[in-house]
Amino acid sequence: MPLDDVVFWVFAPIAIAAAVGMLVTRSVVYAALFLVVNFGCIAVMYLVLDAAFLFAVQIIVYTGAIMVLFLFVIMLLGVDRIEVRSEGLWLQRPIAIVLAVGFVLEVAAAVRAGIGFSTHAPDGFDLLQPAGNAQAVAEVLFHNYFFPFEATSILLIVAAIAAMVLAQRKVRAVTQAELGAELEDEPQDEPGVEVAP
Amino acid sequence: MRTPIAYFLLLAGILFAMGTVGVLVNRNALRIFMSVELQLNAVNLTLVSFARLHNDLGGQVLAFFSMVVAAAEVVVGLAIIVSIYRRQRTIDVDVAREMRW
Repeated sequence: MPLDDVVFWVFAPIAIAAAVGMLVTRSVVYAALFLVVNFGCIAVMYLVLDAAFLFAVQIIVYTGAIMVLFLFVIMLLGVDRIEVRSEGLWLQRPIAIVLAVGFVLEVAAAVRAGIGFSTHAPDGFDLLQPAGNAQAVAEVLFHNYFFPFEATSILLIVAAIAAMVLAQRKVRAVTQAELGAELEDEPQDEPGVEVAP
Repeated sequence: MRTPIAYFLLLAGILFAMGTVGVLVNRNALRIFMSVELQLNAVNLTLVSFARLHNDLGGQVLAFFSMVVAAAEVVVGLAIIVSIYRRQRTIDVDVAREMRW
């Protein structure tokens, strides 16, 4: 049994089990940690698929930054307060599972019709990247996809500004002069009241 | 690499279906968001698999862009969830009925 097969058959069941655990666990924190396990397994899959750069990016961005952000928000809002107890429609869960099974069967049929279950990846992928995967990806990225790369930087700036605007408390900024004037005039309301949007 | 590419595609399909179930069944906005992340990762795995199948690095670059967009989406989405929680004291998506406040 080749080593690739061993790695795949070890980590694919772990990935699926972690996804199942994320769906069935009662605790949101456990769900987030199961998702970390799942992302780690997908990172290993990238390694098997000769995408070493994406392996590193997956671990840094997903299991690092994004999941820390998730856990931070969970802790910010309070673990016990964000549990949702409302009941769904009574047939919602079975119908969702039936749809999911149908989707998996459809993917299997499409894969079988498209490339077949025994198609191996062609050789020669290493020849594409003589200096390593990261340099090869960088070559493609900065030669063929330079404009989308620049657009991505704008997207990230807009997202960062949007997060700050959305997450701020609506507290009016009070200048030093206003503060002094209000103290002299015996203000009716406290500085820092909510401003009508 | 001797593992058939179809296995990776099937794994991605299974993970995507589980993410879909999570989106359809849950009412907690954070859980729905995690399920969306699972779906995005499944699609990324598909992209990388096809990049390997066709010996084309464009698929890996596209997966890279997808990760960037996912990061931006998480930042904005979690900020919206925090904002909804401040307003309604719950993140049940059944309670959030209006888009403006």
